[in-house]
This record gives sequence, structure tokens and C-alpha cells, in this order.
Amino acid sequence: MIFRREFAAYFATPLAAVFLAVFVAVSAGMTFFVSSFFERAQADLSTFFTWQPWLFLVLMPAIGMRLWAEERRLGTIELLMTLPVSPWKFVFGKWLAAFAFAGLALVLTMPLWITVNVLGSPDNGVIFASYIGAWLMAGAFLAIASCISALTKNQVLAFIGAVIVGFLFVMAGFDLVLAAVRPWAPDVIVQAIDSMSFIGHFQRITDGVFEASALVFFISLIGFALWLNVQILDARKAA
Amino acid sequence: MPNAQALVETRALIKKFGPVTAVDGVSFRVDRGEVIGFLGPNGAGKSTTMKIIAGFLEPTSGDAFVAGHDSRRDPIAARRHLGYLPEGAPAYPDMTVADFLGFVAGMRGLTPRETSRRLAELVESIDLADVWNRRIEALSKGYKRRVGIAQALVHDPDVLILDEPTDGLDPNQKHEMRALIRALAPSKAIIVSTHILEEVEAICTRAIVIARGRKLADTTPAELLACAPPRDPSVPQLVKTTPLEDAFRHITLEQAGV
Ligand SMILES: Nc1ncnc2c1ncn2[C@@H]1O[C@H](COP(=O)(O)OP(=O)(O)O)[C@@H](O)[C@H]1O
Ligand SMILES: [Mg+2]
Repeated sequence: MIFRREFAAYFATPLAAVFLAVFVAVSAGMTFFVSSFFERAQADLSTFFTWQPWLFLVLMPAIGMRLWAEERRLGTIELLMTLPVSPWKFVFGKWLAAFAFAGLALVLTMPLWITVNVLGSPDNGVIFASYIGAWLMAGAFLAIASCISALTKNQVLAFIGAVIVGFLFVMAGFDLVLAAVRPWAPDVIVQAIDSMSFIGHFQRITDGVFEASALVFFISLIGFALWLNVQILDARKAA
Repeated sequence: MPNAQALVETRALIKKFGPVTAVDGVSFRVDRGEVIGFLGPNGAGKSTTMKIIAGFLEPTSGDAFVAGHDSRRDPIAARRHLGYLPEGAPAYPDMTVADFLGFVAGMRGLTPRETSRRLAELVESIDLADVWNRRIEALSKGYKRRVGIAQALVHDPDVLILDEPTDGLDPNQKHEMRALIRALAPSKAIIVSTHILEEVEAICTRAIVIARGRKLADTTPAELLACAPPRDPSVPQLVKTTPLEDAFRHITLEQAGV
């Protein structure tokens, strides 16, 4: 129920179409031009997937920011939270709608996949795994955005917050960040930060090392963020 | 144990927002067939009390029961018996009236068949036929308020909590809303908040006056009238007031120490 209403809500305005168009156009643009796809003369989609974390960093918060902030702004959160339904169902249903929307965006980039198959013979297994990985990573970004969206009725704040937190997760694996932490933090912390890296986990998938641990990482992170989302909603009642 | 009779009961509700005590020890009970007028100046704590009964907010201390179910320990059961119109009648602007009410009915666990039967009744009793397939963002205030009432009535609850149901309506719409509430009254326990005093006389069996979070009076509209200080005929009335307004001002200003 809540899934259906939320998914439909994305299409209530032309914004959805604009969003999907932007996503596909930017994905294709990055792949072909910025990454000089043709000069590499290699028929695969690795350039496409390289850009996905950065693209998601901005676009997923844009999808997720409205999930709860909008309910608070409209006051409809009072309706939802006084229905005889566990908040878990709302949190999960809303996230699922956003996740499905992100899935749709990814599906729309599949002409790229077809193109590389026309141009050469890529490893389609790796590409398929990469798509699944990208979708799960999008899900993680969305769960974070949903969680932050529950903190405010201001969508812009929700967006900014989600980008900042997402940025931390994206940056976590970079040597730059690790080098900054290493001198003063114990090894465990450095490793913990490194293991939170979105790009690290995602790259393992796109490199073709189909690692279950990377999938488990994204799924656990989604689970944790949604759990936190429910806790935030509960805490706001007692505020 | 709460008395089985009372459909709504609050016990010493206190709600603090940081330093502000919005509700300060409010206790009352409402039985079936009663329409309670929840009266008080703006900021008195009416909405906050209603949100606590509806289970949207948790009290800092005290308890609220709906149909015998503790709104904190047994929220799902309490909510099944409750229809709630939040202040301002919020609804999803992008949905049509039909879709929105269907959505609420589905969330409340009505089967598709029950939903269509119930919605057909509500279209009649709340007069929504003209806007049935219109998007909520395109509705007038009066219709939006009616959609809010319909949403609260979808599951035919025992308890209705209506936060300022007539706010912003024109006199005809107010009249219709009051007629509707009166028609619903015998089978339910209803709490209606308002700062419009004539409303209390028009529809309520009992009036509870609160100001600054405290309950100041809990009585029939007729007895409330008796609280009005006697008029001194020698003092000219610059602003015409009704006896009920006098009573209200007397009660609420006295507490404020004016
Ligand atoms: N979420 C909130 N945070 C802080 N203060 C609040 C909040 N909601 C209400 N208040 C304060 O509580 C008091 C009572 O508000 P309310 O219950 O809305 O009054 P009423 O509905 O009688 O006009 C007011 O002083 C209001 O400013
Ligand atoms: Mg109010």
C-alpha cells in the first residue's frame, strides 16, 4: 500500500521524467566523453560504473529527501503515525518505493549495455553483477537519505545532510582520508573506516571479483539505516 | 483498570517541550454519546492533548486510554478505535479524493469490498460526490476539511478526535460540519477542539476549558454560561460580547491572573 502510493507520488510531477532523463544523460555523458570510452577501445562498462557512486551521491539524496520531510511539512505524518500500522512498514515501504525508482533509472541506462555488446564482447556476467551492485549501493544512499529526511521538515536540509553523510561513505576508502586518520587513530578504526567505503565495496563488484561480502555490506547498511529511521520517528514522538 | 464505560480517558497528562509545559496535568473521561467541546485560547494545549490521545506524541508523564487501550503500551489497538482529524486537515495534495480515502481505508485494513461500501456511504453523508476524482490540491478549504473528516471516519471508529474541524470555513460550511458532527454523536465519543464559543453551544454536550495547559472547567455549556460575571448595566459595552464569551474570558483570564 504505502509502496504503491509512494511510487506513484514520484510520477505525480514531471520532475520524475526530468530526473530520469538527467540520470541517463549524465551517465551516458560521463561514460562516453569524460572517460573517453572510445579511446580506451575496450568494450565494457567499467567507465560507466566508475562514475555511478559520484552520480548517486547527488541524485539519490534528491530522490530520498522528500520521503519523510515532505510528510512533516504537509502534516500528513500525523495521519500515518496514528494509523494502526507499525512504523516499520512505512519506513520500509517508502524506502522500497525510492529503491524501485532508482532501479527504473538504472534499467533506462541499459541501452549502454546493448551498445557495448554491439561494439564488442564484454563480460556480461560482470556487467550484470555491477548493475546489481550499483542498485544496492543506490539503496544504501537512499536509506541514509530517508533516515536524515526523518529529522527535518525541510527537504533542502534533508538533501544537504544526505549528501554530506553519503560523501563520508564515498570518501572513506580514499588514501587521502585514511592517511589523515592513520597517525592518530588505532588500526582498528582505520580498518573500520576503510571497510565503510562505498567505492571500495562497489569496485570489488565491478572488477568482477563477485564478492558476497560487498553485497552483505550494502544490505546490512540499508538494514541499519532503516532501523535508525524507525528509531528517529519514535524519538520524535517523545520530543 | 480504566472504567469499561469510558471510551477516552486521560490521567494527569503532562507534556513538556523543553522549558514549555504545553499540557499540565489534564485528566478527563469521555463516554459514548458525548460530544466534548475542547475550548481554550490559542496555545492553550488543545492540539497537544489531542495528539497525545491520538498517539502521535508521547506524554512526558500521565496516561491516555482509547477504548480501554493504553495509547503508549498498546498503540495499535488504541488506534483501531480512533479517527483523528489533525489541525489543518492534512492530506496528500497529489492524490485524488477517491485515491486518498481508498489509501487510508487500505492502511486501516479494510478489504476492497468493505472499502467501496464504506466510501459510497461517506460520499453520501459528507457530500463529496462533486470532487470525488479531483486532486486534493485543487480543493477549496471546505472540501479539504470534509475529506479530512471522511478520512477519520473510514473505519467507523468509536472515538473521533477533531482538531478545529470548522476553522477557516464559511458560515454555511460551518453549519454543515456541525450538523454532521451532531449526526455522528449518538454512536461515538467525540472530542472537538475550537476557539469558537458558539460552536460549543451548537454541538457539545460538555465543555472542557483549558488555558496554559491546565483544565479550568469541565461542565455543560449551560453551566459554563452561569460562570459569566454579572453585567453592570451602567458600564457601556464597547465591544458586544455574548454571555458565553464573558464566561470564557472570565475563566481564562482569571487563571492568567489578569
Ligand atoms: N512541537 C512543539 N515544539 C515546541 N513547542 C510546542 C510544540 N507544539 C506545541 N508547542 C507549544 O505548546 C503550547 C500549546 O500548543 P497547542 O497544543 O498547539 O495549543 P492549541 O492547540 O490550544 O492552540 C504552545 O505554547 C506551543 O507553542
Ligand atoms: Mg491547536
